[in-house]
Amino acid sequence: MLSYILRRLIQSALILLGVSFITFVLLYVLPADPVRQIAGRSATPETVESIRRQLGLDQPFFVQYGHYLWNLLHGDLGRSYLQKTEVSALLVSRLPATLLLMVAAIFCEVAIGLTLGVIAALYRGRALDNMLMLGSFVTVSAPQFVVALLLLYVFSVKLGWFPIGGYGTFAHLVLPALTLGILGSGWYSRIMRSSMLDVLRADFIRTARAKGLGRGRIILGHALPNAILPIIAMIGIDIGMFMSGIVVVESVFGWPGIGQLAWQAIQRVDIPIIMGVTLVSAVAIVIGNLLADLVAPLIDPRIKLQ
Amino acid sequence: MKKLVLSTALAAILALPALAPAQAQEAHAGGNMIVTYKDDVATLDPAIGYDWQNWSMIKSVFDGLMDYEPGTTTLRPGLAESYEISPDGLTYTFKLRPGVKFHNGREMTAEDVVYSINRAVDPATQSPGQGFFGMIAGFDEAAAGKGPLSGLSAPDAGTVVFTLSRPDATFLHIMALNFSYVVPKEAVEAAGADFGKKPVGTGAFKLAEWTLGQRLVFEKNPDYWIKGVPYLDSFTVEVGQEPVVALLRAQKGEIDIPGDGIPPAKFVEVMGDPEQAKLVVEGGQLHTGYVTMNVTQPPFDKVEVRRAVNMAINKDRIVQVINGRAIPANQPLPPSMPGYTKDYAGYPFDQEGAKKLLTEAGYADGFDTELFVMNTDPNPRIAQAIQQDLKAIGIKAAIKSLAQANVIEAGGAGTAPMIWSGGMAWIADFPDPANFYGPILGCAGAVEGGWNWSKYCNKDLDAKATEADSIVDPAKADERLAKWSEIYMDVMKDAPWAPVFNEQRFTLKSARMGGADALYVDPVSIPVNYDYVFIKE
Repeated sequence: MLSYILRRLIQSALILLGVSFITFVLLYVLPADPVRQIAGRSATPETVESIRRQLGLDQPFFVQYGHYLWNLLHGDLGRSYLQKTEVSALLVSRLPATLLLMVAAIFCEVAIGLTLGVIAALYRGRALDNMLMLGSFVTVSAPQFVVALLLLYVFSVKLGWFPIGGYGTFAHLVLPALTLGILGSGWYSRIMRSSMLDVLRADFIRTARAKGLGRGRIILGHALPNAILPIIAMIGIDIGMFMSGIVVVESVFGWPGIGQLAWQAIQRVDIPIIMGVTLVSAVAIVIGNLLADLVAPLIDPRIKLQ
Repeated sequence: MKKLVLSTALAAILALPALAPAQAQEAHAGGNMIVTYKDDVATLDPAIGYDWQNWSMIKSVFDGLMDYEPGTTTLRPGLAESYEISPDGLTYTFKLRPGVKFHNGREMTAEDVVYSINRAVDPATQSPGQGFFGMIAGFDEAAAGKGPLSGLSAPDAGTVVFTLSRPDATFLHIMALNFSYVVPKEAVEAAGADFGKKPVGTGAFKLAEWTLGQRLVFEKNPDYWIKGVPYLDSFTVEVGQEPVVALLRAQKGEIDIPGDGIPPAKFVEVMGDPEQAKLVVEGGQLHTGYVTMNVTQPPFDKVEVRRAVNMAINKDRIVQVINGRAIPANQPLPPSMPGYTKDYAGYPFDQEGAKKLLTEAGYADGFDTELFVMNTDPNPRIAQAIQQDLKAIGIKAAIKSLAQANVIEAGGAGTAPMIWSGGMAWIADFPDPANFYGPILGCAGAVEGGWNWSKYCNKDLDAKATEADSIVDPAKADERLAKWSEIYMDVMKDAPWAPVFNEQRFTLKSARMGGADALYVDPVSIPVNYDYVFIKE
């Protein structure tokens, strides 16, 4: 177990190194000069060069990258070019909001997805099944921006049940979490449906039926725990997919998370922030996958860590 | 003989808020106003902040030697009580207002002014405003990091003397720019690079709270040197709110001003509803939207081609595309800018005439080119309208819709044949015609990375511009403006740009907000002049 975790951690570190390298390369070759943004419209070429020198952006690529890694090892993510604030401070101020939204949204999508998936499996081939599967197709392909604004308009503006955007109370959390939950639930319901169908056909379910167990007990006690396995792995992968949705949803609902920070930084070519957000997202994905792999054997003893 | 331009008494009268022309209603004190923005506030450090969002907040937290009358472009003294200009226009002596205190309680002195200007020029500060101080003696050395400006001194605690290396009529405007605002050395040194998050100034408001990514709260400075100002107890800036959502909140009365304005997609709906429309204030803006043509590359190296493009664009239709939120432009300067040439009609919309010009230039069959544009609404739509107009005279312009930074980069590098400037280029830093020339039409900006994207460089006009700015005598202001008007007319003959429209500003305010309309479309404080607006009742 310990050697497995150690091996995975080393793998994770290499993945993060790769992510940091690729991001750094992409930002390096980007046809936009951050120094111009900092120097402003009235800057002389001398001013531009002076700022470039101070930021070390006149150095060759590998010197810049090595410098970044060295600072990173010392816990220094650099300072934002335009805000002059430490990137770590900006990330720390926004991480709690994103984590809260992520947990609530994953809860929503799993709850919605599993429920619909189980119902669809139980009514396989019937109208309800077809309707639910069509619905799941619509939710996974719906534009996040449109769904977010729609929910906001109906539940906040028209019905007045929730605040129009913002952060701070449970009421603020409901709509953004629900938006992400609805949009992500389609995948879960599809996977849950097929997984459930497989399990329902299995011998041990037949045995359970033969023993005279009730339908509810068979589904909840035997079928569900076995069908849920693929879902666990999916939650880990889902954290990565979540990041793109979070950028949009956080922007619409004024949710002060790192998705919003990333979006603003991309627009302003604020490279230290973009690097910081990318690394944090990569860490989240790596941890998510690791946790999914570690939790799987606890649920299904047939799975062994290797 | 030295000329005393503004006496202490006159200065004191001008500083009285009750007499400011923009103040039409009786002001009420108290209350909190809420403004929203999509983006975070980058910084409140006056030497670094350089966008409209943070500029108006910085204006409320700090002061400079000069200021503007609320809601206008008229200069008035700020921290300076009076100033004198030497007859040769090279020495400016400012007498400071006594008893002005920083938010930390210390009295502001002339040394603080010297420190603040030197700080903005020091390359270590990385100030985007450094270049504005180029007329002060010793600038080149100071900008290269070789010590403070030689042309700036404080003979006593209440006097600041600037010696210029050339007469420059824009100097007083520069002293009203945010980059010249006075900061206390001890607070800057204590906060280090975080001064922008922990600002200490002499302004009407002080920063009480900054929750990163969420909100900033500004509290009234009870010791502000203008008595009775500000009227609000505080104002809150909420960030991270999409303009569409901000508008919904404004419609429900949850906020007072959506700082990013009315989203283009909602404009017709808002203006079509009389209840909402009466809450919208319209005003001019020191802005021109234009198409640049790279004069160093064929086919735009031929003046006939550039003139043809000017004649091909149907500006009225483009104004329609943005729901009438602008007026068609015919010259680089916007109408509200001093020096604007009123009797100039500009190039007519004449597609047949444009085709003739193209034929004269040897492009009877037209040509293929590229039009760069920033990729946020409504700019791609405007570019499409321009594309259609150009197609009608045979110019096939492929649209390159890119992120702002990429378009700026292409413009600076000179690789973009045409650029639609919308969303990126010019809103005046200060209300003077000179500000529309140097970086965007002069030779200084026509360098690699410069903001003169048409790479137009006319040395004669540069000389004329220097000549115009040498006229510092206020009595000869009209002569100076006439010179600037001539310069811009000459620019139009060479046609490196096709001016398209001058944007109008539309500020939506809640029904409870009071103060003259001009304060809500203040040309130098966007979206509002926080110091002078108030809440009715």
